[in-house]
Amino acid sequence: MHPTFSVIFLTTLIGVGQGLFLALFTQQSYSAANLLPSQGSDFYVTGSLLALAFLVGGLIAAVGHLGKPSYMFTRAWRGITQWRTSWLSRELILMPLVMGLVFLYGAFHYFGWEIRFLDYNLANQLTLLLGTITTAAVFGLFIATAMIYASIKFLQEWACALTVVNYTLLGGASGFTLAAAYAAYAAPELVGFYVGWAIILTIAALISRGGSLIRNARIKHKSTVQTAIGVRHPQIQQKSMGMMGGSYNTREYFHGATAAFLKSVKWIFLVLVFPVPVLLLWLGMDGGKGLLVAAFVIQYIGLVFERWFFFAQANHPQNLYYQTV
Amino acid sequence: MTQLALVIDLNVCVGCHACVTSCKQWNTSGQAGPMFDDNPYGKDPTGTFFNRVQTYEIGSYPNTETLHFPKSCLHCEDAPCVPVCPTGASHKRAEDGIVLVDYDKCIGCKYCSWACPYGAREFDEQQKVMKKCTLCVDRIYDQSLDERDRKPACVLACPTSARLYGDVHDPDSEVSVAIRERGGYQLMPEWGTKPANHYLPRRKTQINIHDDELTRVDNPLKKEDIRHETSKDVSLDDWLM
Ligand code: SF4
Ligand code: SF4
Repeated sequence: MHPTFSVIFLTTLIGVGQGLFLALFTQQSYSAANLLPSQGSDFYVTGSLLALAFLVGGLIAAVGHLGKPSYMFTRAWRGITQWRTSWLSRELILMPLVMGLVFLYGAFHYFGWEIRFLDYNLANQLTLLLGTITTAAVFGLFIATAMIYASIKFLQEWACALTVVNYTLLGGASGFTLAAAYAAYAAPELVGFYVGWAIILTIAALISRGGSLIRNARIKHKSTVQTAIGVRHPQIQQKSMGMMGGSYNTREYFHGATAAFLKSVKWIFLVLVFPVPVLLLWLGMDGGKGLLVAAFVIQYIGLVFERWFFFAQANHPQNLYYQTV
Repeated sequence: MTQLALVIDLNVCVGCHACVTSCKQWNTSGQAGPMFDDNPYGKDPTGTFFNRVQTYEIGSYPNTETLHFPKSCLHCEDAPCVPVCPTGASHKRAEDGIVLVDYDKCIGCKYCSWACPYGAREFDEQQKVMKKCTLCVDRIYDQSLDERDRKPACVLACPTSARLYGDVHDPDSEVSVAIRERGGYQLMPEWGTKPANHYLPRRKTQINIHDDELTRVDNPLKKEDIRHETSKDVSLDDWLM
């Protein structure tokens, strides 16, 4: 497939935003159980705003993927109507929902609103409840985003449970890495906690992304030019595609890069997403702000390469019909 | 249930592209608006088409065969491009099984085109919506046309009658009989999309004739010609005479 930057930025940016929210709420639940020092509302308010900024950034990138930006206002609302069958529609519902919930989460912390559902002495019950709901929505959004790709069964590189695991773990890893950098400024006592989780998530993501790379390297495509045109002969050569100047079919489904370029992108993302951030996180464990920020920035850039590769690697069966000018 | 479809006879398609041009002509002039053409007379012309004719070479020289292969939306019975659409713009009509895009609802997200394994959908770069073969839905029901003209433009244009059109769910229709009796098949059956359009394979017209069918050994007309040598042995007649 041809990688489009609108979708690359959409998926990576909302991944960071979702991961950052999870990091904030993990901290809040740990501290509710007295496992971590509790934080003032400032920590959550600024954190939620940061997460929201990434989610909004993703939304802006998504607008670039519409036929016309104006469709955002005139037609995009229809996108919520087909949630029964379409994962894209589910994503379109969950994205604003997650944004709204993250906003409310920050707002409730800001105003310090409180309702006591449970009798015993537990502070912040309202935000804990809201955070739990938001967490469910965040995971729902991870699943919906990944299922958009994993549900197309003949895009065999994507049609696999690992796609969902990858999206979730990579989003989580980048969010926790950002949280580590954020904590270095806002709550230095949490840096160790976030660095630990960021490293664990990054390594887990390496295992599952590595697994999908291995799987895709040995994939056997079901469709062949024989099944495509229905002629049983071992030797079939396309002589003409029916046009010479190219068409949507030759632009949308081919990445147009050389095999060497593809391979180098793979190694670039494997280095930038996994070992380098882990090393920087490790070094920044005692609160080195520059190191932690660098860890996040490098991991994010790596994720842009990762997503580019994710799209470029998928081989669409329609390409069988477009092999020669 | 009706399922309108095309059946394309690869045995007689000569690759003339008449269906491509008549399709473009009809559909670019309709009320849905023109089909985009970029640089039509310049370098690298490109544009939106519903139908393409491709050419394949089968076998290796000198034993090759050329196959002209028209390809348009197959109006799949289990169309994967329909459930993925977030807006409901891409839909399959219950009454006749035609798969259509509502250009007023489409947001141009291109997801349906990813979900079509055949590459049958083409994005219109000017209207910024997804386009595909409509089976000339604005023509086949048009009461103001002559009955015989109420067929897709490509079917009427084909000089070799390689394109048959009709209801593949009616067992006695021309298309169903053609599929049944002439080995009609579907493209990429491995994905379970159940395309409604079918293709009829290339066939060689030949009969096998053996020598003995041309010259019968026991042909009675040749009886006289069969001369046996007379025997030198003593026969019963020699004793009696
Ligand atoms: S050929 Fe493609 S566009 Fe047409 S119905 Fe089948 S899947 Fe949909
Ligand atoms: S491009 Fe249009 S028809 Fe296709 S899935 Fe998107 S909204 Fe639906």
